[in-house]
Amino acid sequence: MEIRPILSTLRRHKLTATLLTLQIAFTCAIVCNVAFMIANRVRAVSLPSGIAEDQVSAISSIGIQKGVNPVAQHAEDLAALREIAGVTSVVAVSRSLPLNQNDSSMGTCPNETSLDLAYKNQSLQGTNCVQPSVYDGTPGLIKTLGLQLVEGRDFTPDEFVQGQKDPPAVIITGALAKALYPGGNALGKTLYTDPGHPVRIVGIIDKLLRPYLRKPEQNYYSMIFPQITDQQWVTYVLRSAPQDRERVLKAAKAALLRVNSSRIIDPKYILTYSQIRTQYFRRDTTMIGLLIVSALGLLFVTALGIAGLANFWVGQRTRSIGIRRAIGATRADILRYFQTENFLIVTGGVVLGVLLAIGLNLLLMKYYELPRLPLWYLSVGAVVLWLLGQLSVLAPALRASNVPPVVATRSV
Amino acid sequence: MFGYYIDLALRSLKRTPVLTGLMVLAIGLGIGASMTMLTVLHVMTQDPLPGRSAHLYYPHINPLPLTYKQPESGETPDDNFTWPDAMALLHAHRAVRQAAMAGGHLMVSPQRTDLQPFYVSGHYTTADFFAMFGVPFEQDSGWTAADDQAGARVAVLSEALARKLFGSENPIGQTVQFADPKNVLHGFRVVGVTRDWAPKPQFYADKTSSIFNEPDQFFLPLSVAAGLDLQVDGNQFGWGDASDPNSPQAKLPWKQQPTNSWLQFWVQLDTPAQARAYRQFLVDYSADQKELGRFQRPPTDAKLYTLMDWLARENLVPDDVRLQMWLALGFLFVCMLNIVALLLAKFLRRSGEISVRRAMGARKRDIFVQLGIESALIGVAGGLLGLAIAQLGLWTVRQRPDAYAHLAAMNPSMLAATVALAIVASVLAGLLPAWRACRIPPALQLKTQ
Repeated sequence: MEIRPILSTLRRHKLTATLLTLQIAFTCAIVCNVAFMIANRVRAVSLPSGIAEDQVSAISSIGIQKGVNPVAQHAEDLAALREIAGVTSVVAVSRSLPLNQNDSSMGTCPNETSLDLAYKNQSLQGTNCVQPSVYDGTPGLIKTLGLQLVEGRDFTPDEFVQGQKDPPAVIITGALAKALYPGGNALGKTLYTDPGHPVRIVGIIDKLLRPYLRKPEQNYYSMIFPQITDQQWVTYVLRSAPQDRERVLKAAKAALLRVNSSRIIDPKYILTYSQIRTQYFRRDTTMIGLLIVSALGLLFVTALGIAGLANFWVGQRTRSIGIRRAIGATRADILRYFQTENFLIVTGGVVLGVLLAIGLNLLLMKYYELPRLPLWYLSVGAVVLWLLGQLSVLAPALRASNVPPVVATRSV
Repeated sequence: MFGYYIDLALRSLKRTPVLTGLMVLAIGLGIGASMTMLTVLHVMTQDPLPGRSAHLYYPHINPLPLTYKQPESGETPDDNFTWPDAMALLHAHRAVRQAAMAGGHLMVSPQRTDLQPFYVSGHYTTADFFAMFGVPFEQDSGWTAADDQAGARVAVLSEALARKLFGSENPIGQTVQFADPKNVLHGFRVVGVTRDWAPKPQFYADKTSSIFNEPDQFFLPLSVAAGLDLQVDGNQFGWGDASDPNSPQAKLPWKQQPTNSWLQFWVQLDTPAQARAYRQFLVDYSADQKELGRFQRPPTDAKLYTLMDWLARENLVPDDVRLQMWLALGFLFVCMLNIVALLLAKFLRRSGEISVRRAMGARKRDIFVQLGIESALIGVAGGLLGLAIAQLGLWTVRQRPDAYAHLAAMNPSMLAATVALAIVASVLAGLLPAWRACRIPPALQLKTQ
């Protein structure tokens, strides 16, 4: 295919061709970045929590009776909940569950020297301390949540303490173990959250996501204290077969009210774990939907632009197409002419678009803390735009190839 | 002439219905997306108290030690006040009106037996709050500064809560029972009932509490709330040395310790001179505190924010919403590029017609106006389509779970702005093609035809 005649035609429509190139360039830049944002959000939304998500549900209760010992009340409640058919295990936690947004975190150090330094500086920076989320619960938490114990053991009954008292033992995630003891062998060592109170690491679990996500590398900084909550607000975590969850929750509410009716059970806090997860990511899922719609919208408008303009040009050049046909050009030649022309314009747009995409990504990195755009997104974007261009030019090009040679002899 | 141009434009548009449709669709989509997001942004940044906000200020003093490093999470403990600072400013009476406050979420125990206890949100505050913010009262009024001093157990309820608790009975003088964190109930005498009052956003609340949510249902004297240690919402920061239980401050209740911030403070200043004087007062106060050894930072760090500046500083608009707005504007931009290209092709294709009109005496200006009107017509149609798309977009925004979502609706000025934006966008898009087309020389085109 000879490119020169196409170029000289385009030169005659410089302004229009430039505008179309610009449109393709901006579409390329925006769509590449939007696709990247979609991928990031999808990755965030599908983070595994480390627990048996399809089998866990939770119900919260606030005791409102004066003079009742919450710990005793919780024990009574637990006994009643265990009786529910289909419940394989149940524990009471103070509030925190992965992704339920009730985060309590503590500055945690591998030794007392670091802790002192952190206190003195009023900052964790420059020490080897981190700030993991703290989970608590009555005995059986590991089993109820379905956590994977990779090293060490579960808590023994004598390790449990009431309320916020300093516990003797802790189970931490692999990620936290690596942060506190980069050399490995965290099992059996100690950590400090309070001066003078060493806590022994008795077990290491594979994964446990935090109640509230922050930086990606810290998402799994979690630890479990053998603490039994002594607060009026308590969350009961129930494990059952996936299909039983709704029924178990209903039965749990009835059972709790039967044990003691002076409590508030807010329907907002009767949730299967799937609902907790959905709630946490609802904003992200909306955003993903919105991003997909706008990327498709952009591609659609650009396709419309390409098709519209090609249609015009075909109409405008009917006569010259007829002449070319009359002097021997085949239909395929005409078809290929318009396809090549489109390819050239889209290529121009893509080259400019790649530069714009990188620029836009730099802006987004600066203002929205987005990571750097991997280069392969750009090549995929380019291919998509080439295909889109060819697809939208196909109908007008076919129309052009159907122009009969006899048009050349007609006067306008 | 204008009517004639419109007639010409309509004929021209009718001749290419598909292309016209495409342009209207493109501009409609662009405008619809942009206006959806601009409306959301507009409702989130609007003035919560029109007419009053110009006289309301948020003082800002910084009691943090020099060694204190801002947490990575971006929370700012110095945005809130400590108890001693708030009380000092309150009792200094240097502003026309001043009030300290904090939000709370309390359990109400109704005396009616047919009603279970439930939780409501409200504020603990001081006497000037109601007059300063212009809270409208359905019955009676707020409490007095003397009540604050005496720690009187009085309450102001919203009309909704009063009706829920007392039905058709007169709520004034009745007792409402709130629970402290240990579930002990405390009775408060109702002294006033407010009419529906819900500034959006709830600018006076701590920014971490949900300020686009439910309006306040109760108001209690701050002194009583501190005395009973009632639950407090929002950011509560301490920077004291927790490792020393023998320090004098550790003997005070948490709320009253000078190194814990949890209160908000607003003042009313009617003239710029008063505002200048108040700022000086803040600097002097900080200097005094520095001399006493309580503050470590330069006294000139003290600031006085207007209400709107304070809202801007608190940055209530989530990043996602901003990102969506930029995305929508980028979309509109691409749509406009699209229309410019299509209009250019369309106008240039009519070179013959234009050169005939030019040869018959039409000036460049006439051609320009004629083509401009054609673009504007596309804009009007696109604007109407955009309006429909924006209404659809806002409807979907209202289905979102975010607190601000239910506010997302267009007022008449936004409606007008939508159509105006569409026309401006399409006329802008038509400028280049029209300018290019009116430069078509009359003779040349006639010759080649």
